[in-house]
Amino acid sequence: MSVNPSVYHYVRPEIIERLDRDDPFADVEKQATRYAYAEAILEVGAANPDVVVLDADVSKSIKTNLFGERFPERWFNFGVAEQNMMAAAAGMATTGLIPFASTYAVFATMRALDQVRNSIHYPRLNVKIAASHGGITPGPDGATHQGQEDLSIMRCIANSTVIVPADSVSCKKAIWAMAEYEGPAYISFTRDPVPLLYTEDYPFEIGRAVVIREGSDLTIVALRDLVAFSLAAAEALAKEGLSVRVIDCHTLKPLDEETILQAARETGAIVTAENNVIFGGLGSAVAELLVEHNPIPMERVGVRDQFAESGPYLEVIHKYGLDTPFIIEAARKVWVRKQAFFGGKHAVSSDHRSVSPTPSGA
Amino acid sequence: MSSDFKPMSVPELKEMAKIIRTDIIEMIHEAQSGHPGGSLSAADIVTALYFRMLRVDPENPGWPDRDRFILSKGHACPVWYAALAERGFFDKAHLRTLRKLGSILQGHADMKKTPGVDMTVGSLGQGICAGVGMALSGKLRGKDYHVWVVVGDGECQEGSVWEAAMAGNKWHLDNLTVIVDKNGIQNDWFVAEEMPVDPLNDKWRAFGWHVLEIDGHDMAQIVEALETALTIKGKPTCVIAHTVKGKGVSFMENVPAWHGKAPTTEQAEIALKEIKEAA
Repeated sequence: MSVNPSVYHYVRPEIIERLDRDDPFADVEKQATRYAYAEAILEVGAANPDVVVLDADVSKSIKTNLFGERFPERWFNFGVAEQNMMAAAAGMATTGLIPFASTYAVFATMRALDQVRNSIHYPRLNVKIAASHGGITPGPDGATHQGQEDLSIMRCIANSTVIVPADSVSCKKAIWAMAEYEGPAYISFTRDPVPLLYTEDYPFEIGRAVVIREGSDLTIVALRDLVAFSLAAAEALAKEGLSVRVIDCHTLKPLDEETILQAARETGAIVTAENNVIFGGLGSAVAELLVEHNPIPMERVGVRDQFAESGPYLEVIHKYGLDTPFIIEAARKVWVRKQAFFGGKHAVSSDHRSVSPTPSGA
Repeated sequence: MSSDFKPMSVPELKEMAKIIRTDIIEMIHEAQSGHPGGSLSAADIVTALYFRMLRVDPENPGWPDRDRFILSKGHACPVWYAALAERGFFDKAHLRTLRKLGSILQGHADMKKTPGVDMTVGSLGQGICAGVGMALSGKLRGKDYHVWVVVGDGECQEGSVWEAAMAGNKWHLDNLTVIVDKNGIQNDWFVAEEMPVDPLNDKWRAFGWHVLEIDGHDMAQIVEALETALTIKGKPTCVIAHTVKGKGVSFMENVPAWHGKAPTTEQAEIALKEIKEAA
């Protein structure tokens, strides 16, 4: 059975045609989203002279040193001093500059969290925090550099906006959107290369999740690198006869409640997939939404209550339960639960108009 | 800048400092909560800044070219609020609302609630870093405003203070002056015993700053140091101001317990009398 391209939106044909292979992303173009940031900020900086870039000794890793070469007067390397960088960014923002403060996720959200909370978010200053090595994407660096909590931490701070692009195309659009947005915004990049998923018409808008695959039996809501694996999982599940919707929830906060609740109504079962701890991130956000509005069966894929370890990226995320097989397993499980939950009463009309499900116990 | 404001002379500043101290005691007494010790130790410095040094406009607190002031030791914000009110940034009646629900005067200063507050402070070691950012921005944009930051000596235990000190040296921030309100006492106990920070002058000098040392209650010395700071080029200036915690109220002076405690009505009356009758 070949892949049906008509159910996909904004996904590159080269990706779609490979999705039913055993290793669909083996030979597709990839880029770490940190590099997409480094490229995008050059363009944003050229367009807006108020944009400045701050670094804390990892500019060569993120490649923001390129911004420094192009705009030396607007580039500030603070050395290994993330706390000063964040609070100084706040001070700059009070004068009308738009600082992009770059470091790794663990340092942005933990070492300098007090500054991020009290000096940036409490006064709602226009600082952009650009964090690489989010989730378990720095495979080889090991647990100290794996920002597996960054999304959970940033999500619980008032006034925060939390963005997690799945690929370079959406990442670049996110950087432009952040520069135009007035207020603090956090974006998390992958250290390791991830597939270029999207066509250039991908519609990035802060707070608007994107349905990238149509489906009616269940929905996978994913972010970061797990969006690609969710597409592969959806295609594998298609072979089992399941029609799986996939949502790229590139903005964790504010959560696109409308798109997720619509998926809940129309598909009756949800799997969340995130390269982030299982506490407080995407799975939690979706669960909180569903439990208050439409408590349908749900399963979560994410980093369990543990630290990971060093290793090649794909091996590490497999060992810690994040890649395609785990998403497939969660989907099968939620599908079985959905049958029991709805007693066969959940249905979606062929034109995808919403039909409110009636729980079997109601 | 309001045309009717004239920078004050040293004798005028001394009188204004008494008014500021009076406001501090009254507002903390009314709130029955707050930090009198560190507010009183910084009172002469903050008075000199707001009534002589700072190029600010109470009618236009967001004026882009204004000098910036940050009280990095944010718990001492009663002294900041008193100075802002007396300088005309908001009605003095607000002082009686300190720390009360709905007030523009938060327990630690909030730039989004209080006119004239240039940076939200409270978590120690951050205001000075924000000052670095403002000074960098001033350099980048060719602005001639000066950034003034008051830190505590206990606050100098925060590592981020020294991160900021390194940055001030790296970028030659001669548009930034840090004043250390060296009152020798922190929340728990005496700085020298709890976690020594001395020799502070050598430390700042070693970090590449021009260092001045003064009696932080001698108004003439304060004014001279602040004016000197504006003339130092190529590096930032740090003024180590030797002060007395609780200065001006005999029973509060040099007593750690008055770091963060409000006076009773009887104590407030004694304090106000002492301030009024001081030379």
